[in-house]
This record gives sequence, structure tokens and C-alpha cells, in this order.
Amino acid sequence: MARRGKIALQTAAVLVVGLLVALLAWQVVRTDQGRLLSSKVASGQKPQAPVFSLDRLDGQGTLSLADLRGKAVVVNFWASWCAPCKDEAPTLEAAWQKWRDQDVVVVGVDLQDLSSDARRFVERYELTYPALRDKHNWTWGRYGLSGLPETWFVDREGRLVGEHVEGPVTAEELDRNIRIALGTA
Amino acid sequence: MRAALTAALLLALGAAATAAASEQQPTLPELERELICPTCHESLAVSSSPIADRMRSFIRARIAAGDTKSEIKSKLVDQFGESVLAAPPKRGFNLLAWLLPFAGLGLGGAALAVLARRWSRAREDAVPTGPSGNGRGPLDPELERRVDEELARFDA
Repeated sequence: MARRGKIALQTAAVLVVGLLVALLAWQVVRTDQGRLLSSKVASGQKPQAPVFSLDRLDGQGTLSLADLRGKAVVVNFWASWCAPCKDEAPTLEAAWQKWRDQDVVVVGVDLQDLSSDARRFVERYELTYPALRDKHNWTWGRYGLSGLPETWFVDREGRLVGEHVEGPVTAEELDRNIRIALGTA
Repeated sequence: MRAALTAALLLALGAAATAAASEQQPTLPELERELICPTCHESLAVSSSPIADRMRSFIRARIAAGDTKSEIKSKLVDQFGESVLAAPPKRGFNLLAWLLPFAGLGLGGAALAVLARRWSRAREDAVPTGPSGNGRGPLDPELERRVDEELARFDA
């Protein structure tokens, strides 16, 4: 009986350790998937863009990336406290005004921020493209973000294409990658 | 004994009163220690990131508006998620983080107690006992008396 109890205890200990190792491996793989996106896109692959559904900053419900299938989407990650985000905001608004009638949507995803600050930012820079609030940092790991701002381009089939821009995006980068996303480059 | 109990009771009452005061009138340093900067993942008390500064401004404004500590923390959790809290909330799955260390300590203590008992018993068994020195323990008194009698008879 004592021997049986000992074997049961040892089995339980091995199972617990195995479970912890599996949990660690799952966490590492999940984190790496986001980080791998950038290298995949750089090597010419077109991985599926991680789908998100987030609240709009203006309180007008939610917006899902899946709802934009059939359009080219510029996904810009930003925060109101980030200085380079202030620099690029007018450029993104100008691109939105330039391309919005050609099946292009610019989407701003606000992260690691206070909603009130984010709303003030949108008002101050007179941004009219959809601004979303990722309160729980959901997109950070999925898109393999390493800082703010960062910009991704999504084609009509919902795949990541073109360049992954880390830092403030320029008008040239926007035009070039929007054409790639539209399939007209 | 009674004095010790009274002192313990007074200490407990004092701690409860302090906690209640801290809940109703929180201070910025207190809240800074209980929150994490969402970008650098350091304690808000030591973080100098831009969002940490914004969070401190937010906390000051909420304290001035009369919010309790729980209300302020709840508002920040709504903005950044539960990862903004330095200690996980004591409910749901997070309860495990609070209970597991104590469960581990309890199990470890129990295992140590069992092992220590086994070791001491093994040592007792190994040590020769009784006047015979043969490791089998002392002779039965009745048997000893009979042996003595036989030896006396033999000597006579």
C-alpha cells in the first residue's frame, strides 16, 4: 500500500512538472507567432492578419478587421503619450483623405493609454479615420509589436503584405504599401 | 497570557482601522506601490515612462475627486486590464496565485514532518537498547528472575 502511494505521488509530481513545461512552451510559441509575422512579411510571405474586434474610441460600437474584408487596410498602432505618434498623425489623416474613396481604410488602434487622453489626441489632430481602443493590450502580442507607433498593411483577402513599418510612417511608405495591399503596385 | 491576547487584539484593530482609512483616503505613493506601468512593467513607484506620468496625474485627479482606493484601481483596470495591478485580485483563477504558495508550504511542511519522523524511527531501531546490549531490548523481568534463580542454583 505504501509502495502504491509512493508511485502515485511520483506520477502526480511528474504530471505537474509536465503540465508546467507545456504551459511554458505554449506561452513561448504564442509570443513567437506575433514576432514571426514581421520576418514572414519581409520574406515575401502573406500571413493572415490576426483578426481583432475592438471598441471605437468615439463610443459608436465596435469595429472588426473581419468586417473590412475586400478592402485594403492600414492598421496603425499608437498611443497619445508617444511623441512619434504625434508626428505621423497628420500623415495618416492625409493618406485616409487621399485613399478613402478607393477601397482603402485607415484604422488606428490605441494601446497602453487612457481613453480620455486618446480622445483628446484624436480631437487635437482632427483625425477622422476609425480610432479603436485596445484596453487589454490584446493586439500587442498577436501583431508582435515592440514599441509604438507601428504600422501594418492588410490586403483585400485579410493578409499582411508590404512592409511592417516600425516608427513613424511616411507618406511615401503609405502610398507604396497601400498600392501593394490593393494589388495595383 | 491575557495581556498578550489584548495586545494582539489591539494590533488587529489598529491594522483594520489603517486599512479602512487607506481605502477611504488613499494616497498617491500607496497606489503607486500597488500598480504596474503597462509599458515598462515596473512598479509605478519607480517607473518614469510617459504613461506612468499620465497614470499618476489620473490618480491625483481621482483622489482629489474623492474616489476610494478600490474605485481608482477599478478605473485603471478598466483602462489597462488586470495586468496593471501589482498583485492579482483575490478571486477566480487569480486566487490560485494566493493559495498555491501556502498550499506548497503546507505540503512541504507535512512531507518534512513525515520524513523527519521516519528518520528518527529508523535511528531508534538501529541503536542498541537495554542492558543486554544485543540490540533486542531488555529481558522480561520474569525471565530475568528465573535466570538469576538458575544461576544461583548452579553456583550453589
